Amino acid sequence: MKRHLISAGDLSRADALLILDTAEELAGLADRPIKKLPTLRGRTVVNLFYEDSTRTRISFEAAAKRLSADVINFSAKGSSVAKGESLKDTALTLEAMGADAVVIRHGASGAAHRLAHWVRGSVLNAGDGTHEHPTQALLDAFTIRRRLRGDNPRGAGLDGLRVTIVGDVLHSRVARSNVLLLSTLGAEVTLAAPPTLLPLAVGSWPCAVSYDLDSELAKSDVVMMLRVQQERMTAAYFPSVREYSRRYGLDAERMARLPGHAIVMHPGPMNRGVEIAAEVADSVRSTIVEQVANGVTTRMAVLYLLLGGTEFPATGEA
Amino acid sequence: MTDHESWLIRGVTIAGSDARTSILLDGGAVTGIGPDLDHPGARILDADGLIALPGLVDLHTHLREPGREDAETVQTGTAAAALGGFTAVHAMANTDPVADTAGVVEQVWRLGRAAGHCDVQPVGAVTVGLNGTRLAELGTMADSAARVRVFSDDGRCVADPLLMRRALEYVKAFDGVIAQHAQDPRLTEGAQLNEGEMSARLGLAGWPAVAEEGIIARDCLLAAHVGSALHICHVSTAGSAEIIRWAKSKGWPVTAEVTPHHLLLTDELADGYDPVFKVNPPLRTADDVAELRRALADGTIDCVATDHAPHPVEAKETEWSEAAFGMTGLETALRVVQRAMVDTGLLDWAGVADRMSVRPARIGRLTGHGVPLGPGAPGHLTLYDPAAPATVVTPDGASKSRNTPFAGLELPGRVVATFLRGVPTVLDGKLT
Repeated sequence: MKRHLISAGDLSRADALLILDTAEELAGLADRPIKKLPTLRGRTVVNLFYEDSTRTRISFEAAAKRLSADVINFSAKGSSVAKGESLKDTALTLEAMGADAVVIRHGASGAAHRLAHWVRGSVLNAGDGTHEHPTQALLDAFTIRRRLRGDNPRGAGLDGLRVTIVGDVLHSRVARSNVLLLSTLGAEVTLAAPPTLLPLAVGSWPCAVSYDLDSELAKSDVVMMLRVQQERMTAAYFPSVREYSRRYGLDAERMARLPGHAIVMHPGPMNRGVEIAAEVADSVRSTIVEQVANGVTTRMAVLYLLLGGTEFPATGEA
Repeated sequence: MTDHESWLIRGVTIAGSDARTSILLDGGAVTGIGPDLDHPGARILDADGLIALPGLVDLHTHLREPGREDAETVQTGTAAAALGGFTAVHAMANTDPVADTAGVVEQVWRLGRAAGHCDVQPVGAVTVGLNGTRLAELGTMADSAARVRVFSDDGRCVADPLLMRRALEYVKAFDGVIAQHAQDPRLTEGAQLNEGEMSARLGLAGWPAVAEEGIIARDCLLAAHVGSALHICHVSTAGSAEIIRWAKSKGWPVTAEVTPHHLLLTDELADGYDPVFKVNPPLRTADDVAELRRALADGTIDCVATDHAPHPVEAKETEWSEAAFGMTGLETALRVVQRAMVDTGLLDWAGVADRMSVRPARIGRLTGHGVPLGPGAPGHLTLYDPAAPATVVTPDGASKSRNTPFAGLELPGRVVATFLRGVPTVLDGKLT
């Protein structure tokens, strides 16, 4: 996967650390009055969004603009996509316009893979169906490292940290990317979910699995809550939202059983009162707002490295 | 092509024999076999090193006409069949309009006769419009000029157990067989890829083996209960083979087919999300492939059927979940079977003749096809060079579509000639 960032699994430990360390360098920029670097002046980044995701789109947009790139936002709504243009034809159009990078969000797993066959520029996967969302995992790793590895975490991995990811793993691109990236960085990942919301073959993943959230709390350094979709209930993944919340929701009582240093994460958007209680989301343990800020920084690092000519894997073979 | 052309095929090895001999084709039939044959006026074909098989019979072909002539026509599909060594194909019913009336099956049959590359035996739909609610006029299709004996809603499963029971019972009146596409619809809602490690990693909705195996088990029990002939289309899992083996051990009237692609390819190929590997039923695991080969070798699975499913380029140049299911297969079937079954020592050439000609013709109730080569046999035969490996390239061949999963792969063998009623449809690997 050279030139592109499609799966967190394509990143070696060295690649991931390079991105996180670059993000640390760039983080200082956010505190300056002028938050802009000239690095990508004259380069064009296209945000190709087939799904509504304002938060991810503006995060990528802010990241590209802070590096002085020209940004074109291409939303499926109101574009030729609504008239039935194929992904390939859209790709060829973007190619003809000279896109140096295409950031794609798409409802179909593998859309970023396919796009990479049809454009010469870099492809950044901003979420493809139920497959992956690698920049979310990078910003999560960045957030964990900052909170739990001290003020100057450059060069540090996440070795030995215990991360529990809770909820709808089966349909979650955030979970897939995080399992791959966090384990690459040395974290011990546990997935906690009802069996219906775990892939049948989850045993082949580099993580542990638990059906019981309560037994995982006391040993977790990080608890990452996943958004649960109401429509999963009608497809019999669980009996009711109330029961889901009772068994797998993070409320104040459960939060109190976490170690004192433990943090609570959520990729957003949250269903307050379902997978996460309001007092948890708003507590000092919560990194949810930091994750948003770190998202811009981490995506800047990825754009900077990809468009600056760095190929992943940066070290040896994938 | 004159009516009374005769051919003397010299130096050929008949599948199942070790000795080289000659075959004389005259008046549309095999009139002689022996090393010292001579026939003044006959055209000579030097077949040194070639294997002669009875003309191949495909139980499962999508010719797409009427309705999707952009993907394939009876003309192009049967030309592809001839190039693959086939002398008869069964044309599946999921056309537009659906082949659920005598009118449509007769049209397809006539188009096949006009094309002349191979015999076309239409398959009739089990239910009106393949909708799974009401039986199509099975008897009328059986009585039509198309003489339909195989009925299938292929592409869709006859999921309603009562309707399946009635269909099985009803076709007994005219020695029909119901060919089931075994796929529980509820267990495969939105399914994209075999449920396992690959689907979990790729984030594609899983297609569980049990969705196939559950229907097969149910239908075997139904076939036994009413004493009717059941044929299972494109068996794809080890568990399915095990259930069929059990049903056959009971003496129940169950037959089954496997596709060439399920004998060679696995779900690992979905890694790059290239929809050329998207097919229904999905590619499974290496363990399934090994078990399907074993089941074909021991006769649990009766025959190879291509499930040749042509699609235009735009149906595959898309996101995986948007892409059409299906692969072409007529032109590569015999070569794939050589690689998966013969070169691995699982099946000899007599076995290939049995699984790709004799048994599919018997299951399809196709008289005049699938007759082992011998004096008096119909003049349908395939001459094959097993020692001519080549890389599959697209576009190539006669099919209108190029959605072959074997592109870029080196496959053994080459179909050199195909004879239909004693007349070549293919010579030197080219259409006549």
